[in-house]
Amino acid sequence: MATQHSRSAARLMMAPAVILLLGWMLVPLMMTLWFSFRKYLPLRGGDQGFVGFDNFVRFITSSAFWPSVQTTLVIVGGVLLITIVLGVLLAILLDQPMWGQGVVRILVIAPFFVMPTVSALVWKNMFMDPVNGLFAHLWKAFGAEPIVWLSDASLFSIILIVSWQWLPFATLILLTAIQSLDSEQLEAAEMDGAPVFSRFVYIVLPHLSRAITIVILIQTIFLLSVFAEIFVTTGGAFGTRTLTYLIYQRVLESQNVGLGSAGGVYAIILANIVAAFLMRIVGKNLDA
Amino acid sequence: MGRIVLDKVSKRFGDVEVIPPLDLTIEDGEFAVFVGPSGCGKSTLLRLIAGLEDVSGGNIAIDGSDATMVPPAKRGLAMVFQSYALYPHMSVRKNIAFPLKMAKMDQAEIDRRVANAASVLNLADYIDRRPGQLSGGQRQRVAIGRAIVREPAAFLFDEPLSNLDAALRVGMRLEISELHERLKTTMVYVTHDQVEAMTMADKIVVLRAGNIEQVGSPLELYHTPRNVFVAGFIGSPKMNLIDGAEAAKHDAHIIGVRPEHIDVTPSGGIWSGKVGVAEHLGSDTFFHVHDTGLAETITVRAPGEVSFRHGDAIHLTPRADAIHRFDAQGLRIA
Repeated sequence: MATQHSRSAARLMMAPAVILLLGWMLVPLMMTLWFSFRKYLPLRGGDQGFVGFDNFVRFITSSAFWPSVQTTLVIVGGVLLITIVLGVLLAILLDQPMWGQGVVRILVIAPFFVMPTVSALVWKNMFMDPVNGLFAHLWKAFGAEPIVWLSDASLFSIILIVSWQWLPFATLILLTAIQSLDSEQLEAAEMDGAPVFSRFVYIVLPHLSRAITIVILIQTIFLLSVFAEIFVTTGGAFGTRTLTYLIYQRVLESQNVGLGSAGGVYAIILANIVAAFLMRIVGKNLDA
Repeated sequence: MGRIVLDKVSKRFGDVEVIPPLDLTIEDGEFAVFVGPSGCGKSTLLRLIAGLEDVSGGNIAIDGSDATMVPPAKRGLAMVFQSYALYPHMSVRKNIAFPLKMAKMDQAEIDRRVANAASVLNLADYIDRRPGQLSGGQRQRVAIGRAIVREPAAFLFDEPLSNLDAALRVGMRLEISELHERLKTTMVYVTHDQVEAMTMADKIVVLRAGNIEQVGSPLELYHTPRNVFVAGFIGSPKMNLIDGAEAAKHDAHIIGVRPEHIDVTPSGGIWSGKVGVAEHLGSDTFFHVHDTGLAETITVRAPGEVSFRHGDAIHLTPRADAIHRFDAQGLRIA
């Protein structure tokens, strides 16, 4: 099969895809790196030449930088916590035999198909609006003062919206993992005298550990770049400015491409640090 | 310690009755084997005893007390599963210790019992490995180890050897028999393999479609099968069953002769036929004889040195005292 001829033919045929992928990744990366070393203010004089590490120093010393890193980590951590805890519980629930199982599963997975912008707007206007929102009505029904969600509990609101989006994904992965659990193992544990909760802790949870790490890995990568949900709700106000959002503001609101690009480089480094950690954890888990 | 009494126990899944009411007593210290073709309900019966399935009717008593509604963990039984059902993320040591840990036994006692089980079953070399790193036979031993540390009233085995290769199966068969001799604990063993049943059991329970066809010692079943089904199921190769005119000569509807109870001669026998396939095992030779006018094939066992070839004429003489006779209902005629 792997003759000289077929190998070179294979290379030739793969080349367009490889070149396209490389271009897609490398061109923006190179441009980001290039701009990050230049003073580039599109509306105030355009490209004004190299400034060395000036942009990097300015970005990191800005008073908005560390709070934005913290906000990013809080959102990622909060969403991971909610989606995994609820995801495990939902997966166990959906694994039980019940009438209309197929329909229920599709309904549970449905939020994943809704675009982030749309879901955030629905949440903002239908649920969290302090005057007309469903939550406001609920609060009023109990005689309580409605919460102004997006300004008083802004970070929590965003975590809630993003969690709603990602819960189906976690549930789906964890459900398939639960279904692959050998029922004889549970029966053996039952014969061994393990009550329901012990069976969950000693048998089900270890069985799910691999799926949980995969959920954490994939979700973290996507959650680090959450943007639309913030853009259409708080617009970065009330302490919801993540690193991604800060970069957006630097480039488009302050019209400072150089400074924003430097922030982008920091974001790449941060994402890679997280990815390296996760890869090591996942690698360890996948070996076992 | 481990007397198990089933009183009119039945099981139905929805409208399907897999086990019609049956009675069975397994004495303390007995090695009872449930044997039957696949789908005969033998595993279901074992799971009813274990408590993993609820009975639809009747009572199960263990050690004289009613256990019908007692949850599996409280019945004092240990089970070895077909897939072994070891916990993959725990070491062998933790697997074996798991039931003791669940019983909240103190650590010193757990260590003592695990060490004891490990030495009985020769597990010491791989006590800290995970099940994934073990061979089939080793996993089997760990599963048995996990069962014996609990010192149960009875062991339940659900086709424990069916995932092993032939050589290992023979070895494990001996080990389990040896273990039974040493522990003297009641064992209930499910298998579809009649050789396992014959070699291991004190008492064989032959099942078909949820019904008990016969209960008895291996040799009772071999010498006096109660009906045609048991006659055909016990013994290897299978008993030759002949109906029609030849059976009528013996005042029976069906007669059965085991392959080992037929003598072969080149000429002068009662029956004659043509040799089909000859299986030479060294010690024995099995001939599949065709064109006898009695049945499709007659299987006979001959000493290893007999030399008949494919297509040769062969004469057969059944031993008169070893012919089993059955009536029209398939029941044995005494």
